[in-house]
Formats: sequence, C-alpha cells, structure tokens
Amino acid sequence: MFQLDNVQVKNVFTIKSLLLKEPVISIEGQSGSGKSTLLRLLNNLDDPAAGIIKLNSRNITELPACELRRKVVMAPQNPVMFDGSIRENLYMGLRLSGQQAASDEALKEMLDRLRLEKSLDININDLSGGEKQRIALGRVLLMKQANVLLLDEPTSELDNKTTDHVLSQFLTIARKHEQQVIMVTHDKHVSEKFADNVINMDTYSGQHGGE
Amino acid sequence: MNEDVMDFTMWQVAYAYIFIIIILVIFRFKKIPREKLLIISVLRMTIQLIIVGYILVYVLKNPHPLITVSIVFIMLGFAVFNVYQRTKATIKIDIKKIIALAMFVGISINLIFFMLVVLQLDPWYEPQYFIPLSGMIIGKTMTGVSLGVNNLLNGMKGQKEKIEGALMLGASPKVASKSIINEAYDQAMLPTINAMVGMGIIFLPGMMTGQIIAGQSPITAVKYQLSVMLGVAGTVSITVLIFLHLAYKVFFNERQQFILTKRDISKDNLPVKYE
Repeated sequence: MFQLDNVQVKNVFTIKSLLLKEPVISIEGQSGSGKSTLLRLLNNLDDPAAGIIKLNSRNITELPACELRRKVVMAPQNPVMFDGSIRENLYMGLRLSGQQAASDEALKEMLDRLRLEKSLDININDLSGGEKQRIALGRVLLMKQANVLLLDEPTSELDNKTTDHVLSQFLTIARKHEQQVIMVTHDKHVSEKFADNVINMDTYSGQHGGE
Repeated sequence: MNEDVMDFTMWQVAYAYIFIIIILVIFRFKKIPREKLLIISVLRMTIQLIIVGYILVYVLKNPHPLITVSIVFIMLGFAVFNVYQRTKATIKIDIKKIIALAMFVGISINLIFFMLVVLQLDPWYEPQYFIPLSGMIIGKTMTGVSLGVNNLLNGMKGQKEKIEGALMLGASPKVASKSIINEAYDQAMLPTINAMVGMGIIFLPGMMTGQIIAGQSPITAVKYQLSVMLGVAGTVSITVLIFLHLAYKVFFNERQQFILTKRDISKDNLPVKYE
C-alpha cells in the first residue's frame, strides 16, 4: 500500500496526503496533470521535488531500487518491445528481474486470456500496436512476485470490446495473485467499470494541491 | 642495417608527394572542398614523422628505461586525447576519466605481459622493440575504444525507452544496459577481427611488409606479426571491456534511475540534460 505525504512536482501537482489502498485504482486527469509522473514516482524512475512516498510504511528511498521495482512493476504508455519473438517478450519481465522463465504452456494460456491467437514464435515486430499493448500487459501479469502493477494507459490502443475482455481477465488474475493495480486511464468507462477508487489528478494541480 | 636493403633518397620520397598533387587536382576538378584538410594532414604527417624519426635515432642510440617508458606514456596520453576528439557526441567528464583509466590500465597490463612474457625483451626497455610495438598496440586500441565510446553513447541515447522499460520491470542497470554494452563491444572488436581474417590473403600487414623490405626473413616477420596481432586483439578486448563495464554506470544515479529519461521535477519537469 502506497502512502504519499506532501509530494510535490513543481508546476504540476502537490499531494498533501493520499493513501493508495484499494485493489484497483484508476488515475484520471487532464493532459499534463501529472498522471504518468505519479506512476513514475511510484516506480522510482523519478524523485519528487519534495515529500515522502511510503510503500507499506517504509520510505521508498530506503528500499533498494531494484527490489522496489520488482515489487512495483510498471508497463509504460508506449509498450516497450524487445527484439525477438512473442515468447521472449512475454517472459522478458521474469528474465530481467532474475526470475525463472515461464513454461510455453503458461505463456500460451496468457495469450488466450489476452485474446491473442498467435504462435509464440512470431516476431514481435509483426504485431500491431494493440497486440503489442496486450503482450506488455501479459508480461507484467506473469511477474507473480510483484505486489503492485502500475499501468499507464493500458488499453489506449484497444477497442471497447477488447478492452473489457482484456481488463477483466487481467484484473481477475491480479486479484488471484493478490496484486494491487494502479492504472492511468483517460477512459471513464474503464474507471467506472473496473476501479474500486478513482483519483482525479486535477484536484491536486498547482502548488497548493488538495488533500 | 641489412646491406640488401634498397637505398631510398629524399628525392625519391619527394616523388611520392606527386600522389598528393594528383589528389589536389582531382579535388579542384570535382569541386570537393577538402584541399585544406588534405594539405594540413600531409603537412602534419610529414612533420610528425620527421621529428619522431630523429627522436627514435637518439633513443635507439641511448637506450634508457625512463626514456622508453616516458615515450610510451606520451603516446598513451595522445591516444586518450584522440579518443576524446573522435567521439562525436559531447562527453561528460566522468566518461573522459573512465576512458583514460581503461586505456591506462588495459594497455599497461597488456604491454607488460607482451614485452616481458611474449617477446622476453632483454633489457626489458629495449627501445627498438618496445616503442614501435607499443605504438602499434596503443594505436589499434585507440580505434577500438573510440568505437566502443561512440557505440555506447549512441546506444544509450537511441534506446532510452528500452533501457527504462527494462528498469520498470525490475532489471538492474547492468542487465538493462547489457544489449548495448554487448553491441558496443562487438563494434569495437570488429576492425581487429576483420584485420585478422583478411591478413595474409587480402593484404600484407604493415609491420610484416616493413620487416620484409628491411631484409628480414618472411618467417620471422610472420612470427612478429602473429604475436603483435594477438597482443592487439587482447589489449583492445580488455581495454574496451574495462571501459564499457565502468562507463554504463555513468548513465544511472545512485537510485538506479536512468539519467537520460529521469525528469528533473524540482525544476521544470523536463528530462535532465546529459551534456
């Protein structure tokens, strides 16, 4: 569970106090309101200008950076693909974080759940933007050791029907693994349907921010 | 000196400059604006080689360990400076220090092994062998390190998203940079490997050619060439490895954040400037 106290990003937002405790949290807000920046702070990619971010009551600056990111993994807005096949891209998260690779069966099951009828051997460059986005989601979902999954616009390239299917599958598995999901989205429908709590970053905008 | 060696007068050398005049005419005819560069290069080469020729005459006549070592260090210093100049991007002072350290350590270790174990020079500072062979090894290493530096910087800048994407998934900076380090190493080693592959078939290496012209047996020349090429390959490899395994760290801070994408939130929320 994340706790933010007086977290400030100059000219963007000031969060006096915020507890991120619900299993599925959606972050909304206008462009430039700091939605992605907030995720980057939680993943320790950036440091706030001021304030403290705690994970399970410990200041994240006290945690070894790698260890923190293995507990709090992130899928960025533009899915990052690595040279190679679907298989390699799916288990890349496990490999990069020093975990054991998943079996082909587990990877195929993941593809089915994400509604991707593709062979594991297909080159990643042959996939469309929406398909790559689902691979990126599958990749973080395979990282069972993580406690928090940060998703930046995870369904921006999917149609409504696929979004509903993919997100409901994703959240079912995340719940099963007892993983918290914090996602940035501009899609109100996604927030209403899937989130237990919706945070609107517009309320924290400027130097004074909100509670 | 071997008596069979063909005498070579200064006039004959002067004739070789006709090639440069031909190139200058072609440049003028083709309107290629490189005349100034060519003239400066030729002048520099001529002056540098004449000076070094006279210095070597003195050094070979008066062998002394301090002189030999000093000359090698001067060559090493120029090589380091040359790498700085050859790097296209602006490089941080941290990277410059690592270039100097890697070249000093990598080249020194390899030169000591090469001179004392492979060639078994007696005395160890014998300038006739120590200086020209060190020059060859330092020169080739300089090329390798330049390629390593350029490829590392380009890789880090060109693949920012991939590196940060790997960090987001819990990769350590070393793991996140691994493919770029490997690619930079590969590119740095390529000229040396290509030279080894083509040697003897596509071209006769310079040192071997020189020895044969100087009247040395081709077999002896081959032995020297083999040893030197192996020494070069080892030195380039070790020096580039030392450089890459220290230099990638410059791109990450103590919180293992990638400084090329990290946002300087305290100021303007823009990525931190690297240069």
